[in-house]
Order: sequence, then C-alpha cells, then structure tokens
Amino acid sequence: MTTALNTKYTFETFVVGTANRLAVTAGRTVAENPGSAYNPLFIYSGSGLGKTHLLMAIGQAAKALAPTLNVEYLTLDEYVEAFHAAIAAGQGDAFRRRFQNVDVLLVDDVQFLSNRKEMQSELLRLTEALQGVGHQIVLTSDRPPPEIADLDERLISRLSGGLVVDVGVPDYETRVAILRRKAEERGTTFQPGVLETVAGLEFANVRELMGALNRLVAFQAVHDQPINAEAAKQLLGAVAAAARAAAPIAPGVSPGPRTGDEFGAFLADVTVTVGKAVEAWRARVAEAILRWEGEGFRTRRLERLLEQETPAAVDEEIASFATDVERLKALAAEVGELDPQAAGESVFRDPERMREAEDAAAQMRAGVAPPPGPSGAFPLGAYAVGPSNEVAVSAVRAVLEHPGKKYNPLVLVGKSGLGKTHLLHALGGELARRNGAVVACLSTQAFIDELIAAIDGNRVDWWRARYRRATALLLDDIHLIAGKERTQEELFNLFNLLQDRERQLAFTAPAHPNTLSGIEARVVSRLEGGLVAELKEPDRTVKRTVLERLLTGQNVTAEPALLDYLADRPADSVRTLVGVAQRVVGAAVAEEVPLTAGLAREVLEGQSPREAQRAGGFRTSGIVVSSLGGIKSREKMVWDWPEVTDRLIEELR
Amino acid sequence: MSLVNFTTREITCKIVYYGPGRSGKTTNLHYIYARVPDSRRGRMVSLATQTDRTLFFDFLPIDLGQISGFNTRFQLYTVPGQVYYNATRRLVLQGADGVVFVADSQARQLDENLESLQNLQSNLLEHGVDIRTMPLVMQYNKQDLPRELILSSADLDDALNFRGVQSFSADALHGVGVFETLKGVSEMVLKRLAAGSTA
Repeated sequence: MTTALNTKYTFETFVVGTANRLAVTAGRTVAENPGSAYNPLFIYSGSGLGKTHLLMAIGQAAKALAPTLNVEYLTLDEYVEAFHAAIAAGQGDAFRRRFQNVDVLLVDDVQFLSNRKEMQSELLRLTEALQGVGHQIVLTSDRPPPEIADLDERLISRLSGGLVVDVGVPDYETRVAILRRKAEERGTTFQPGVLETVAGLEFANVRELMGALNRLVAFQAVHDQPINAEAAKQLLGAVAAAARAAAPIAPGVSPGPRTGDEFGAFLADVTVTVGKAVEAWRARVAEAILRWEGEGFRTRRLERLLEQETPAAVDEEIASFATDVERLKALAAEVGELDPQAAGESVFRDPERMREAEDAAAQMRAGVAPPPGPSGAFPLGAYAVGPSNEVAVSAVRAVLEHPGKKYNPLVLVGKSGLGKTHLLHALGGELARRNGAVVACLSTQAFIDELIAAIDGNRVDWWRARYRRATALLLDDIHLIAGKERTQEELFNLFNLLQDRERQLAFTAPAHPNTLSGIEARVVSRLEGGLVAELKEPDRTVKRTVLERLLTGQNVTAEPALLDYLADRPADSVRTLVGVAQRVVGAAVAEEVPLTAGLAREVLEGQSPREAQRAGGFRTSGIVVSSLGGIKSREKMVWDWPEVTDRLIEELR
Repeated sequence: MSLVNFTTREITCKIVYYGPGRSGKTTNLHYIYARVPDSRRGRMVSLATQTDRTLFFDFLPIDLGQISGFNTRFQLYTVPGQVYYNATRRLVLQGADGVVFVADSQARQLDENLESLQNLQSNLLEHGVDIRTMPLVMQYNKQDLPRELILSSADLDDALNFRGVQSFSADALHGVGVFETLKGVSEMVLKRLAAGSTA
C-alpha cells in the first residue's frame, strides 16, 4: 500500500537556497527528533518545487539515524484507496491500528482532502492518535491548510498546530546550483555561461527548469557540438516567453520584463545583493544562530561574534557551540529519564551555562538511588548445569553476550525449587559487572511494594525514573503481578521503554506466561515475545553436582557410592534434594557414624533402629541440625512413624 | 536608524519616494503592495484627503524574510508632494537609507519637478545629509502619456539628473518600471553594507 522511499531523494541531493532553507532546516530537525520538534510538520509549495523530494529526504534521514524506526510514505490518494479497501473488507479498525503504529508517517498531496469529509475526520483521528503517542507526521500540500477548500476547522487547527513552512521558487543562485548539479548528474558539460543564462530565464518551477535542461542536453547530444549561451537562450526563448505576462507596453517606455512574479524576482535580486554585502562569516554565524534558536537554544554566545568587527576563528566557535549543544542534548536526555520535568529547565538550553548544566545533571544522578540490584549469593559459576536446564543456561549466556538484543525478554519458567531465582540473580550479577550498568533485580513482590510506597508518598515519578535508568530489569516471580492493575500498567510502560532502548529484561515464572491467570493480555504477549526457557526436574548430572558442592561446602567427605545413591533417588527439585542430603548428614552427626551410602539408605528407607532415631530427637521437628551446628529448614514431612501397635494401644486407651 | 543590526540580525532599509504632488509616488507603492504576497507585507498605511491626495505619508512595510541569516525588511514611505507639507516631508526623510525621486514626465510639470528636487536637497541638508552621499535613483513616471505631452527620458535626464544617478522610465499605474526602480535603489542601499557601513 505504501510507497518505498526513493533513494535518490535525500537531503544531500536537495539544493538548498533562500526559498527552501526554512523548510529544509525544519525537515532535518524533524528527522533528527521525530515526534518532538515540530509535529505535525506541514510543507506547502507550488508544483515542482521539491515537496516530495523533501518528504522522502526526511524519511530517509530519520531511518538512517534510527534504523528501527517505522517510516511510511504514501500519497493521500493511496491512503484513501487503502482506507476504502479496508472498510470494504470490514477491516477498518485494523487499518487504523496499522497507521497508529507508524513512527514517522509521511503523507504527500493532502490538498486532495477537499470535499472528502470522511477522510478528513479519519486523518484528524490519525493525527491526534500519532501526536498522542509522540509519533511524527509530516504532510505536504500545494497550499497552506486554511486554503484547502472545504477543510474541517478542527483539521485546519490541528495541521497548523505544529509548523507550517513553504518552499518558494528558487532564486537565481539556487537555480544555477540546481542546474549545475543536475548537469553533473547527467554527465554533461556546458560552455561557461550557458547554465547561468538558463537560470536567468523565467520558469515557474524546478520541474520546468529540468525540462529546459533536458532540452539542452538533448540538443547538445544531437548536434554533437557544445551549445553556447546565445543559442541556449534562443532554443529556450519560446518557452520562457510563454511564461511572461503580456504586459501592456506603453509608447516611449522601454519594454521591461514584467513577469508574473515581479516580487519574487525582486526578492531574488535583493538576496544576491545582500549575499554579496554581508560578509560570508556573518552569514554563517547568522545561519547557525537561526538553526539553534529554532531548536530552542540560547545563542547569545554566537550573537556576540556578530557584534565584533572581525572575530578570529569563527568556524571553530560555531563548531564548539554545536558540540556544546550536543552535550546539552545528551544531558537533557539523561536527566529526562530521571525527572522529565527537570529536563525542560533553561540550563539545558543555554550553552553559556555548560558547567551549571553538568552540575545539575550530576546532582540529579547522585540524588536518585539505584534500584535494588542482584544478590551476590548466586554466582553463575555456582549454578549446576545439566541436560534438564542447559537450554535456560545457554539462553542466559547468549543474553550476556548480547544484552538487550538477543532474547529480550528472557522468561525462565519452571516449578518451585529448580533454581530460577539463582539463575536470574546470576544473570543480574554478570550484567552488573559491566561499565555503567544499573541492574534492577528484585522479586516482583518487592517491586509491587515499592510502587505502593511511591504512590503513598506521592513520588511515582521518582520511582519510575529509578527504573527507567536501569540498563537491565530482572523480576523474580512475575506471576505475582496477577490482579495488580497499576503494577501491570507501570510494568507495561517500563517494559516498552526499556525494550525500545535495547535494555535487557528477564523474568521468572512458575509456568508459561500464557497459562498464568490475572495478567493482562498485553503484558502476557510481551512476556511471550522474547524467549521462554523452561527448567525441568533436575537430572542426574545436576543432582550429583549439587550434592558434591553441598557436601564439600560443609567439609564433609562423601564416598562416590553415597553420591550415586542420592543422585539416583527421585527428587522433583533441587530444594528437595538438598533437604534429603541434609537429613542424611544430620543422621550421621547424631549417630556419630561415617557418612555412607548404607547410612543414607537406612535413614531414607526407614531401616534405622527406632531408639537411635528417637535419641536423635528428629521427630517431626522439621528442623535439621547440620554437622556444622547451623540450623536449616527442610520439607515438613513425617518420616519417623511410630510402630503401628503403639498407635493402636494409644487409640484404645 | 541603523541599516544593519548585528545584534538582532536585522537589515532594515527605509526608502522614501520623493517628488512633486501627483507625480505617482503612492501609485508606485500601491503597485508594489499588490504584488507582495500577504505573508510578506504589513498593512499599508495611507492617510489621504477626500480628493485622494496624500495628507501625511504612505507607509508600506515589506518583510523579505531571512537573507543570509538576516531578517530583512524594507520600509517604503512616500511624502506628501504638495508644497505646504514640508514639515511632514522633512520628518519622513529622517533616517532614510535611500530615496526614489519620482518625477512627473509631463512637460508642464518640469518646474514642479525641479522645485521638489531642490526641496529634497535642502531637507536632507537639514538632517545633515549631503544628497551626493545618499543612495538616490530617478524615476520618470507617466511615460505612457502621448508623446506631445511628455518629455523623453533623455530630456528629463538633461533637465533633472545633473548628478548622473540611475534613472528609470516608468508607467507606475501599469507597473512598468516600478520594480526596476525599487531594485535599483535597493541595490545602492544594500551595497553600502559591503563598505562596512552601519549608517
């Protein structure tokens, strides 16, 4: 439906002159900051003066600066056609959604909106929607919005609300520049003075000028000899004469050229005269001032240059000013993440106050406490890897190689006790080692609690800013957001923002996100959008590694037979396995016997003497005293049943 | 008035159309006004008597937009031609950057032309300006009238243009020579920029 951008139409191939400088500057600004500078940007001019070229140039420049941007170009007619087709197919809503997701929408020839009421309201709705989400819209027309016949008042005000610029007829110098460039592109050379003569003739627009040039190129090719200025004038004379108004020539008055646009010709002449009169450096400084002023920066520093007679190093001054402006933009962007309001402060718009701006940004950085980070207790190296979890672990390693790019988000799913939290914190810990990393790694419950406290303390902006600066966000037990509408809303926005900036997101959940209930579809779909890696019940390799580490950590030497025995026992999670091992260790300590597979079998399969067990005092306590004297919890299971006969007697009594 | 203001990045040219009554000064301005796009021109202020004579002065501001980074404006004034409004004429001349002397080509108006020219010279002197240093062009208007009624441009040059400034034949009512005249005086005025003058 949409037209691909013509790669020939770029800013580099657009000849800039007085008549189109403002439009080009505005176009460049929009391409550099889509959605924030002038929105909508409305460009109008007569036919053949470069509207379409400019429109496509904006699209290409925006795309070159941010390749991920969704840029679409289409003419109004194409838009209308597509709309009608969508309505006919009953897909009106899908059509709207499609265009609302475009980051930079370029619509050509909107003057054809005349007498199309339904399209006007559709365009109004689209413009509002795009502006609402900060997406850019650029439109062109052959006349300004108020002059488009029968246009809805609301649409006029909406279209005029950004910036309306016109592209005028190029002046003489620009015409010469255009002709030279086009002749060069065609690989044709003309005698000196020919192109200047052509530029001096009156053509209504650049397209006609190109027509004239083509005629000369063709003439020269056919006659195989270079055309001179006089011949060119004669060849094109008929064309130019037609463009002239039939001026009443009075007796005694020398016939002066009275063309349709006397003012335009006058303006062109004045421009040349001023251009010659104003020293080149002043023009450069003044143009730089215009540009930066247009972007809202204070330009006093450059203005002072103009007050001097012959300042030294003008270009260096302009360049240093541009560097400072770039730095201010970066600072404002950084501060904007922490506190959107503070970014609008005047200090970030004044290159004369660089130090203050740096200080303000530093203060802002220092003032915001980083979000909770990953726990150091879960190093990646300590994570036991086996066939049951190698997919998840290799996903984590891939994420570490290309954070934010490869699997974003990464969702680790699996039952309780399989090591999801360990893996998540291990990922966070590795990410946090990088330069400038701010890794937020916390449980979803803590995340919810923080938000509630922020709402309570009326500092949600601050809370958001904390997370927005994170280079990675890792939330444990994401299923806990079920039913928490506000948290889901905040997470959704944060998710989008971080993902747009290619910052890593990772979550853990007990099951596939799409099977969790109480979570909004938009959040679920985002969670499903990256990689969902499942952790399965620990396999033998994992179990053996875990046991080895556990026992080594407790300074216990275990015979391989014991490890094999324990690893071969069924365990649905690492946590269960650890509990079982602790029981065996506890029994060994209590009975003061060596830790062997036999003992384990006795303890776990119920062959131990009753007395010993009773003396051990383990009955139903649920607490295991380890050999090192530490107390660890384990599954609350009754493993020391009394003799059946005892129970019967008890009950009979 | 300063022609160039580097601080505000403005170029302002004040051009005064001078000449005897009924020579066509206001007609020049009307013609220009009609050809300047709405967005570029301000309101034309014209204070005329019931018989359409200029009572005080006409004023037409034109905004030429950004040229070489300078916001360029032209302010076109006419003076009342009638002899008894000399105080107004002197006032309007104050701070002029250039003058267009609009002469009436009719043979019988030659004396009025001469008188007005002398009046221009003396009024400029009042402001301490030597007419030889002021950018000045001559416009011989009404050249469309029957030959027997008018003097030719060459004759008028001989009679009025003893300083040999640029002169233009014109028919202001139909616009012939109007913009040529304006362009001529503008170039002279703007060329003073090149001389580094911030007069």
